[in-house]
Amino acid sequence: MSGAEMVTVRVRVNGEAREALVEPRTLLVDFLRENLNLTGTHIGCDTTYCGACTVLLNGRTVKSCTLFAPMADGGEITTVEGLARDGALHPVQNAFAECHGLQCGFCTPGLLLSTLYLLNSNSKPTEQQIRKAIAGNTCRCTGYQNILKAIRMAAGEMEKR
Amino acid sequence: MYAYPFSYHRAKSLAEASKLLQELGEESRVLAGGQSLIPLMKMRMARPTALVDINFVEGLSGIQGHNGELRFGALARHTDIEMSEAVAAIPILHDCAAGIADVQVRNQGTIGGSLAEADPSGDWGATLLTLETSVTCAGPQGERTIKLEDFIKDAFTTVLGHEELVREVVVKKPPRNSGGAYLAFKRSASVYATASAAVQLTVDGKDICKDIRVVLGCVGLMAIRAKRAEDELRGKKIDGKSIQRVAEAAREAAEPQSDMRGSADYKRTLVGALVKRAIGIAARRARGERVEAGHEYVGR
Repeated sequence: MSGAEMVTVRVRVNGEAREALVEPRTLLVDFLRENLNLTGTHIGCDTTYCGACTVLLNGRTVKSCTLFAPMADGGEITTVEGLARDGALHPVQNAFAECHGLQCGFCTPGLLLSTLYLLNSNSKPTEQQIRKAIAGNTCRCTGYQNILKAIRMAAGEMEKR
Repeated sequence: MYAYPFSYHRAKSLAEASKLLQELGEESRVLAGGQSLIPLMKMRMARPTALVDINFVEGLSGIQGHNGELRFGALARHTDIEMSEAVAAIPILHDCAAGIADVQVRNQGTIGGSLAEADPSGDWGATLLTLETSVTCAGPQGERTIKLEDFIKDAFTTVLGHEELVREVVVKKPPRNSGGAYLAFKRSASVYATASAAVQLTVDGKDICKDIRVVLGCVGLMAIRAKRAEDELRGKKIDGKSIQRVAEAAREAAEPQSDMRGSADYKRTLVGALVKRAIGIAARRARGERVEAGHEYVGR
């Protein structure tokens, strides 16, 4: 530790109040992973490019490697751990599983949150809208075709609910 | 990657932010959306000793259309602007906002931060220079309003004093029969554009160009207003030949540098092509057509 004064960060993550005392330079993604032990959110590029670290902050997706944790203070966060309910996969997760929308799975937590964000505001996205919605999420395995399929399926499933 | 250590200070008002910057000294910096500053700090290209976070200042993210003006609070996020109904009436603003980086960055990045950063590859500078835009700044001596062309002085340099912050960006609504387009060409969504062109014009009758502004992005130390290119069309008929002359003049006005995004020659050719296309779209929009345009990248 380097002399800078520690800061208390209080958030609600997946509906639960959590807090930790951290250095101000702590990135939100490390706050989630290291301080709160929520390791579902991944660190991919660590340069604001790949989107593996995507979470919902106050209802909007952000790249959690590009926020200092104190910026999220008082905020409401959803991570991939908050998607499944009572052991049942969220429709978005289910669609990715059904359509084989992943191979290694490293980018998946971010893609799930980007998909959820899209479908929360647009239940019938066009192909172009889907592509735009995941333009900030990089997948190096799938070639994206099955991800697009999964998002189309998730849109249909969520509409039924 | 971790930023060099800094102390963190949360301001509840711009006046408090200004005071904090004064107390914390020259090495302190303002933290808005952080989508440029945080990556720079992580790469240790920026090493502020203190950050003054203005994200908790209330009432700083509104977008309002009133009296022929659009007013953007400094903390209006690019997404807020993309979704704003007031903004939809000025398509060039929507083109710009809707394609900056990617969804996640647009959800966090701010218009005030983007202008204050004055990155020559930034999208807002080029876009807003085609319109009558002014920046209202708050500092220890009170407020001042500066025309955008006087606000940006050089690459990454504005007239803002160390204790001064952007409060509001004010854009005058263009006259009737106007249309504009912002085209940015990039290799993928999340990166800076290789080149961009912003064109705003007003038509007289069907195809006479009454007035026009042409601004080039990413091809110089600042966004470049290509005035000689504008002269090629102002008061003249918009047709293939005149558009070609504008594009030629725009190519000459560009001052690109070769880098990982492309050679100087390539960027010059690209920016000419973007200007040509932007004029076509701007003219169609000026005549009331709805045309989709904006940032272009592979896979979109």
